[in-house]
Amino acid sequence: MTTAPVPMSIEELKQMAVTIRCDIIEMIATAKAGHPGGSLSAADVVTALYFRVMNVDPENPNWPERDRFILSKGHACPVWYAALAERGYFDKAHLGTLRKLDSILQGHPDMKKTPGIDMTAGSLGHGLSAGLGMALSGRLRKQDYHVWVIVGDGESQEGSIWEAAMAAAKWDLDNLTAILDRNHLQNDGCVDTEMPIDPVPDKWQAFGWHVMEIDGHDMEQVVEALEKAKTIKGKPTMIIAHTIKGKGVSFMENVAGWHGKAPCAEEAAQALEDIRRCANA
Amino acid sequence: MPKTENSHYHHVRPEVIPLLASGELFTAAECQATRYAYAEAILELGKRNPDVVVLDADVSKSVRTTEFAKTFPDRSFNFGIAEQNMMAAAAGMATTGLIPFATTYAVFASMRALDQVRNSIHYPHLNVKIAASHGGITPGPDGPTHQGQEDLSILRSIAGSTVVAAADPPTTRLAVWAAAEYEGPVYLSFTRDPVPVIFDMDYPFEIGKAVTVRDGSDATIFAIRDMVSQSLVAAERLAAKGWHVRVVDCHTLKPLDTEAILQAAEETGAIVTAESNIILGGLGSAVAEVLVENHPVPMKRIGMRDSFAESGPYLEIVKKYGMSAEHIARAVEDVIARKHP
Repeated sequence: MTTAPVPMSIEELKQMAVTIRCDIIEMIATAKAGHPGGSLSAADVVTALYFRVMNVDPENPNWPERDRFILSKGHACPVWYAALAERGYFDKAHLGTLRKLDSILQGHPDMKKTPGIDMTAGSLGHGLSAGLGMALSGRLRKQDYHVWVIVGDGESQEGSIWEAAMAAAKWDLDNLTAILDRNHLQNDGCVDTEMPIDPVPDKWQAFGWHVMEIDGHDMEQVVEALEKAKTIKGKPTMIIAHTIKGKGVSFMENVAGWHGKAPCAEEAAQALEDIRRCANA
Repeated sequence: MPKTENSHYHHVRPEVIPLLASGELFTAAECQATRYAYAEAILELGKRNPDVVVLDADVSKSVRTTEFAKTFPDRSFNFGIAEQNMMAAAAGMATTGLIPFATTYAVFASMRALDQVRNSIHYPHLNVKIAASHGGITPGPDGPTHQGQEDLSILRSIAGSTVVAAADPPTTRLAVWAAAEYEGPVYLSFTRDPVPVIFDMDYPFEIGKAVTVRDGSDATIFAIRDMVSQSLVAAERLAAKGWHVRVVDCHTLKPLDTEAILQAAEETGAIVTAESNIILGGLGSAVAEVLVENHPVPMKRIGMRDSFAESGPYLEIVKKYGMSAEHIARAVEDVIARKHP
């Protein structure tokens, strides 16, 4: 199967999201470790960014004028690795080496090991700040790139997220867009009961951000919101993407237990079947 | 005033030498907090290098980076009281080729924002300079919450870190400029309280290269940051008793100048370390590790013992908590005595 050229149509993006979800399951099953739930919830947004919205060049991953992407919820890196591999940053064969010794694909993103990774991540609550730094730098040097940061909803319990929220508004960083992967689950259980973060839109608005809310699995809404974010002037944009943790895999959806657990061989086979069936439904 | 080239001092300003012997160093010498020397150095650096940017966390008036902000408003970023955000933002800036100097106090740089400092700056080895005032017990009157007595130990334990704490204002300027030339993270620890201006600008500052500032053959004092001046006074006290004590300004805690340590062990046979850092994991520990593995000699560590200090004038804290020239001199006599049991 040949891959459609970028920028992809909505239909092509949907197909690519299926491929990326399958890559995620295969990677984590092969590694026997990793974080499937939050990778699957972010898959549609990451697909839209890499195959339609972002101005990047896989042949030249360190191109200074490129758009930047940060996965602040770094544990979901299988989705990032799958997107980078499918986009041609490195050979897909690397996906089978996730979390193994000498691999370019670490358990959490490492910018010094993986082509296309713009920022190391893993400890939660850093990525939005790093993106803020990149955005300030772009403005200072009059470079036209946009910075995209995916933040987790559980991650939003970190105080440093709100430090960054304040700062991005102070500096009117309209070259910075955050996407909240609002899947309602975290390691120990439900975000809304463990440490509620609501009202999420009101909070980001109160911090001075332009806020949009979308269905994070509706590719049309995802693409529209990301494109719109680039046009918002004078303030940073927060796209609250309502998502389902484990999206596409029947037995993983909305189950906190799949935050950081690998499927066994039978479960992986079932998961791949689910994802493909979902796509054809 | 005669030139010092024939004396046993190196790079020490000639007018300072008589004050070392008379004990008037801390009362009669010109003094300045090294945080201000940083502010002056960064201003000059900003003129030379357009990639240099200064980040502050509500301490720009305290450190005087306000001058940089006035001169380069586009390249100055005040993050408010939010050190974690500042450190990770500095990391993001460094990925684009800027050289951020993230400025705060040592307690906040080394503890509050340590996760960012470790994971977002050091792990990817980004070119961020961490400029930390109030190192050691130098913010005397502020008390323990603001006395960064662990900063050197903490930063030293991070893989790939470079940890620098210059002794006085001129060498602080040199350290800031050297840090800017170095590719990778550098932690710079400054004093909040004034310290004597000891060295000439001909001081050969090189990251990782300790400098012998006083010759001697009976013992060696390795000192860092504000303890270099105390050590020079201690050496003069010992000279009055007939001991020739070498003093080495070990401004770079990491990478440590092991060659200078082993040479001192071989040539002088006894070593004392002096730091206003806690003695756990700082200069004393680092020097001890080198000696134990290679060339054990009698050794003693001067520094904050396993306790917090208290509010008080800086020099009085130094005395009360056992880090004064007199304490250092006693430690030296002790190690010399142990050389010849």
